[in-house]
Amino acid sequence: MHRYKFVLYRPLQFLPVLFGISLITFVLVRLIPGDPARVLLGTKSTPTAIAAIRAQYGLDQPIWLQYFYFLQNLAQGEMGKSILYKIDVLRLITTRIEPTLALVLCSVLLSLIIAVPLASLAARSNGGPADHIVRFISTFGIGFPPFWLALMLIIFFSVRLDLFPVSGYGENLADKLYHLILPSLTIALSLSTVLIRSLRTAMIAELKGDLATAARARGMPESIVFWRHVVPNSLVPTVNLLAVNIGWLIGGTVVVESVFALPGMGQLLVRAIFSRDYMVVQGVAMVFACATVLVNFIADIVTVAIDPRVKQ
Amino acid sequence: MTAALAPAWVAVRRRPTLLAGLILLTAFLLIALTAPLIAPYDPILQNGDLRLQPPSWAHPFGTDNFGRDIFSRVIWGTRVDLQIAVIGVVFPFLIGTTVGTVAGYVGGKVDIVFMRVIDIILAFPFLVLMLSIIAILGPGLQSFYIAMALVGWVSYARLIRAQMLVLKTVDYATAALSLGFSGPRIMFRHLLPNAIAGSVVFSMSDCVLVLLSGAAISYLGLGVQPPIAEWGVMVAEGQSFITTAWWITLFPGLSIVTLAFGFSLTGDGLGDLLGVRE
Repeated sequence: MHRYKFVLYRPLQFLPVLFGISLITFVLVRLIPGDPARVLLGTKSTPTAIAAIRAQYGLDQPIWLQYFYFLQNLAQGEMGKSILYKIDVLRLITTRIEPTLALVLCSVLLSLIIAVPLASLAARSNGGPADHIVRFISTFGIGFPPFWLALMLIIFFSVRLDLFPVSGYGENLADKLYHLILPSLTIALSLSTVLIRSLRTAMIAELKGDLATAARARGMPESIVFWRHVVPNSLVPTVNLLAVNIGWLIGGTVVVESVFALPGMGQLLVRAIFSRDYMVVQGVAMVFACATVLVNFIADIVTVAIDPRVKQ
Repeated sequence: MTAALAPAWVAVRRRPTLLAGLILLTAFLLIALTAPLIAPYDPILQNGDLRLQPPSWAHPFGTDNFGRDIFSRVIWGTRVDLQIAVIGVVFPFLIGTTVGTVAGYVGGKVDIVFMRVIDIILAFPFLVLMLSIIAILGPGLQSFYIAMALVGWVSYARLIRAQMLVLKTVDYATAALSLGFSGPRIMFRHLLPNAIAGSVVFSMSDCVLVLLSGAAISYLGLGVQPPIAEWGVMVAEGQSFITTAWWITLFPGLSIVTLAFGFSLTGDGLGDLLGVRE
């Protein structure tokens, strides 16, 4: 269990980052010109509401004290109220987590389903025609804008073939997954171009490695060598790559949720920007940033769990 | 072909990837420069008689719901999108290179402070931080460039810093120091030229990222504003008509893919040429 010790002390290292995240989101909203109370409450604010928010955030106090009040409110789970939806930002965000989380998970799963076979094909024919084709696809695919790819998939699968819904989110689990297929496919196709590259490189290295050579020496058939030894070992760098790309993945969900009108956090963010709902912008940015930090932490644990040699 | 350029030409000609990438980028640059000459129609002028025309000889890419020629709009859009990719990369490149050079060479507290700032910026998903900054500054291309400069420099700073940490211990750095050269002179004249190859290669894949982000932000309505012809805006405008008029969305999207492919190929080729592994 010694190698899992970092699970206990690593969160302490997050403190400066979390502090920085709160500082940046605080500064962002305070940079908006005008009276912060009016900015936060919108144009139709009443004098009593303005007085209340001035007291809560100490808006007539020096700026460093305002930051202190901001942190104090945050510690109590108080992120302010949404102008548009008239409810607490934190409560609003919790109602929007599910579609985003489901979209991210489905996309990662789907991208692995796409990337692992293609990368295997490329790695096993290293330098051959299959390798060239797969490498061409991944270089070409990196430049596909997700919002456009989404529309092309809609034209083909929803309009021409009438297979999937054009937009929206379902009522029950099966219906929700059905609505998530095209959005996840959009992100998965983009993500798999990155995954294929790294998986291919890792697999080629593993194919030449000692493990594979030893397995071959014991007389194992090449296909067993590949699926039992090469593939699992190649997945270790891929877990890290997924974690590094979580920020990119979240960016993808912001755009794709807007295309498919999925009621997730990304769509909430974009709508909040248009309606100048700054408390929501601030809250969503903060939650997304904390999620990124958390995912990287989980990836570290998973890496240690998969590969006993890794020391954090 | 002058004598000085001949070795460069040989190096390019031996690398089909790099050559193909450079040809694509040059083609887009030419289209952008000559847009007023080669675009058959006005990209903004509306024509009620020509609404939603499918592709034909007169309008190779069809027309949109305002009767505007998509082909001409794609050509004029090249100006905007090429500019997004280049300006959106130049400022982060300059800022990041400077920060990375100084942090890596000086080290100590300066380095710690910059690395903390980088950690915090990297904690935010790139597009979320970009959108939050644009939310504050207001929609528009200028806000996009400012947000890019504030966020995009971190990758370059990290790349250059890692190189500088290695380079400052090499013999010619010590030699330069013992000759009494100033810190800035050693950093920027002796070490930086040897540290920059990785960043130059990365800047090409960064062009792809910035192009896609700029187009995505414009698609969302927070970047380039209509009626200006920009590929992301055009895709957004065509979205309401995807069931009947697919050509409005198809061609601007294909243009983004092709320009991005040009940058990717050039990046791969440059990486090969300069011996940089990603």
